[in-house]
Amino acid sequence: MNKERHVLVVFPHPDDEAFGVSGTIATHVKNGTPVTYACLTLGEMGRNMGNPPFTNRENLPKIRREELKEAARVLGIQDLRMLGYRDKTVEFEDEEKLANRILEIINEVNPSLIITFYPGYAVHPDHDATGAAVIRAVGKMAPDARPTLHCVAFSNNCVEELGEADIINNIGNVVETKLAAIRAHRSQTELMFKDMSEKIKNQDPQVMARVYNERFWTYKW
Amino acid sequence: MEVVEIQKVQEVINSFANKDVYIHLETTNGAYASHFNQSFFSAGAYIRNALVRYELGKITGNGPYRVGLKINLGWIYAEGITHYEIDEQGRLLLAGHDYDGKLAVALEISATPFE
Repeated sequence: MNKERHVLVVFPHPDDEAFGVSGTIATHVKNGTPVTYACLTLGEMGRNMGNPPFTNRENLPKIRREELKEAARVLGIQDLRMLGYRDKTVEFEDEEKLANRILEIINEVNPSLIITFYPGYAVHPDHDATGAAVIRAVGKMAPDARPTLHCVAFSNNCVEELGEADIINNIGNVVETKLAAIRAHRSQTELMFKDMSEKIKNQDPQVMARVYNERFWTYKW
Repeated sequence: MEVVEIQKVQEVINSFANKDVYIHLETTNGAYASHFNQSFFSAGAYIRNALVRYELGKITGNGPYRVGLKINLGWIYAEGITHYEIDEQGRLLLAGHDYDGKLAVALEISATPFE
C-alpha cells in the first residue's frame, strides 16, 4: 500500500466503510497517514430493526450516529464528518451543489488518495450518486492536481465491464481492527457478523478472501 | 416498539383526528433486493412531513393490520402494520416488520414536524 499524504473516504452510509475498506483505512492510520471520513447520511432508512424490534424509525439515526463514531474511534479516524444528507435521497440532490460541497472538503484536506464508490457499479442509488459526486468534484480540478481515486464496485456486472480490480490490499495485519469496525455498526451488522465470524473461525475460503482482500478500481479519466 | 394492541392504537388515531398532523409514510424492499435476486421487482414509496388533517382514521384486520386515514379530498393508508409505539413526544409510530424483522412499512403521525 502506498504511503499517502492524506486519505479522504467518501461514502453515503454509516457501515459502508466497514466491509470493503476498513482494513485499508486502519492500515493508513497505522502508517501515520491522516484519514478524513465524510459520511453523507446517517442511514435513516436502514431496515434491520431486530426481531423483536430494538428501535423505531425515528431513533434509528441516533443509534447509527453513535455506531459510526465508534467505528471511527476503532479505526483511529480523527476527522469524521457527517454531512447531514438523508438516506436514499442523495441521487435527488442538486448534483452541482453536492459536488461543490465535496470539492470544498478536498480543497481543505488536500488528500493524495480518495476512496469512494464506482458510479454505476455500486448497486445502491446512494452509492452511485456519491461516487458520481466525488468524480464530478475531482473533475473540476486541474488534471495534474487531482488525487488518485480508488473506487469500490460490487455490482453483478462490475468485473465484466470494468475488468478485474487493479488494487488489492491484503489487510491481514489489521483484521481484528476490521472486525471490530464491522461489529461497531451493530444495528446493521450483528446478524451477518455472527455468521461471518463462524466462517472465519472455520477458515471458509470465500469469506476469508472477501475479508482479507479489499479491492479497488482506480478511476480512469 | 410493541406488538400492536388494536384498541390502544385506535384511541391514539382518534386523538389526532380533525387536527393538523404531520405524516411519515414509507414502504421499501431494501436497495439490495434486485441485486440478490434479479427477478425481484423492487419498488418503494416515501413521504415525510406531509401536513394533513383527517376526519376519520381506522386500524383494521387481524394482524398484520391495515391503517387508513380519510383526509380532506383523499386517503392515506398502510398495510402490514405489526408494531406500534407512542414515543416521548406523543407521536404515534406504526411499523410493519417482515418475517426477518426488517422494516417493510412505516406510518407515523405527529402534531409537530419530524426531524
